[in-house]
Amino acid sequence: MTLDDILAGLFPNGHDIEAIGSIVAGRAILPDGGLIHLLGITRGRPLGANEAIVLAGRVIDIVKSGDRAPILVLVDSASQRMSKRDELLGLSEYLSHLAKALLMAEAEGHRTVGLLYGGSAAGAFIATALATGTLVALPGAHPAVMDLPSMARVTKLSIDVLKAKAEATPVFAPGLDNMVQTGGIHVVWDETSPLAPQLAAVLERPAGQDDRGRLGAERGGRRKSAEIADRVVALAAVAQRGAQHG
Amino acid sequence: MTQVAANNVSLSWYEASARQRIDALVDAGSFCEYIGPELREISPHLSIFDLPEQFDDGIVIGHGRLDGTPVLIAAQEGRFMGGAFGEVHGAKLTGLLRAARALRQDVLILFDTGGVRLQEANAGELAIAEIMRAVIEVRRTGVSVVGLIGGRAGCYGGGSLIAGTCSRLIVSEQGRISVSGPEVIETNRGIEEFDSRDRALVWRTMGGKHRYLIGGADTFVDDEALAFRQAAIDALKIKRGCDTNVLEAEQNRLERRLQRFGEAEDAVDIWQTLGIDAPTEIPALPTDAFLRAAKRRENADDAR
Repeated sequence: MTLDDILAGLFPNGHDIEAIGSIVAGRAILPDGGLIHLLGITRGRPLGANEAIVLAGRVIDIVKSGDRAPILVLVDSASQRMSKRDELLGLSEYLSHLAKALLMAEAEGHRTVGLLYGGSAAGAFIATALATGTLVALPGAHPAVMDLPSMARVTKLSIDVLKAKAEATPVFAPGLDNMVQTGGIHVVWDETSPLAPQLAAVLERPAGQDDRGRLGAERGGRRKSAEIADRVVALAAVAQRGAQHG
Repeated sequence: MTQVAANNVSLSWYEASARQRIDALVDAGSFCEYIGPELREISPHLSIFDLPEQFDDGIVIGHGRLDGTPVLIAAQEGRFMGGAFGEVHGAKLTGLLRAARALRQDVLILFDTGGVRLQEANAGELAIAEIMRAVIEVRRTGVSVVGLIGGRAGCYGGGSLIAGTCSRLIVSEQGRISVSGPEVIETNRGIEEFDSRDRALVWRTMGGKHRYLIGGADTFVDDEALAFRQAAIDALKIKRGCDTNVLEAEQNRLERRLQRFGEAEDAVDIWQTLGIDAPTEIPALPTDAFLRAAKRRENADDAR
């Protein structure tokens, strides 16, 4: 589905969106009459310092407006921009800043929903889609940490060997199903049904808790993560109680 | 009342292991580990690749005291899988940050990482996202999360994004912070874009001095555990939180950086723009002289 198709399906009452290079920003009216903010990185482009600062600025303006309206983050990107210039300027700070702005918006009362409708990878994926409160995807979306050829170079294994191993586990290979199984994506929408009610269902979910570890355990893609994290919280509480009394 | 036992161990931070760094950092004998190696919580994924596991999955977490104050601590072991984030490794840090929120205790993260562990890339990527979220959640309660960067593996990939969420960062010259590593840029964009074998280029583009000069790190220290310890003690005295005002200040700071330095071809151009007298001398300067030369650096006070 193209971005236009997606927006038309999501917002039958219309939307207003502007493009700034690969970045989009705007707003739409939900079927129930409420406002929703739209932000995104499109056309499979990399996320560099210039793009991240524009997106983060928009998020901060939304938070300052005090409207507490939800924010939909549309994602079809490459990875972070791999360049000497971006690293020289401290790209990690720009990507973190964008992620922080999205996390802050959620903490300040804005529902944040990521919609992965194309690609995304590595630092760009972390700074956008994975920094939202609920991440959903459309069929055909293709998240990745690293593509298999690059992974083959780094791990010194052939692509055929990697493909064979990927059959046995969702934990390393790129792809939508694997990201669903490991708990990173809450739900894959049905593109043959109207999208607006599917967004409404996501917006009705209670906000707050990071449940990706639990989803990963339930779906079998990350069996240890939630249990280990919970155990550390319990151990720290017990150890500190002991220290206070000892 | 616990007696403060001063720590006076001299140790190169760069050369030290994760456990040595913790021992040299906290008050002597105060560290207590959670899920230690005796429990053998190993990666369930490395055997798929016929790779050896480590009993602590390359990260040591627990609590201790720093100058008498209780703190939670995580230290990555850069010598195991490049300190990379896998499922268990990441979950230990996520849990520690969630514990910090419940206990209202400050956290020290001793970064030493190449980023996501590719053999469990999806789990590692999600761990980074969970950790960043947990850092912001705990910082919003007023707890500080301080990053210490000066290890062999540097602080790359997702590790650098976590570092960007910390309240303060302490670096040594050896502490490289970057999203894409030199080899990754060269592989994807060619040697004309970045020659990964040009070590001087790597250090001046990603190293601790440059990050300190542009405001990417807050404190610059010698490659010495005692210097990191003192800087951590000082960093925890500053209470800042993380709210919309901090984010807006950071927005202004990072916009200003793009305006001031966005056209620079090389770190030396940036140092020149900063008004440093002999910018080409920066890489060779010992710490005292460097800090004097760095007086006109950009800083991130109240804007991180």
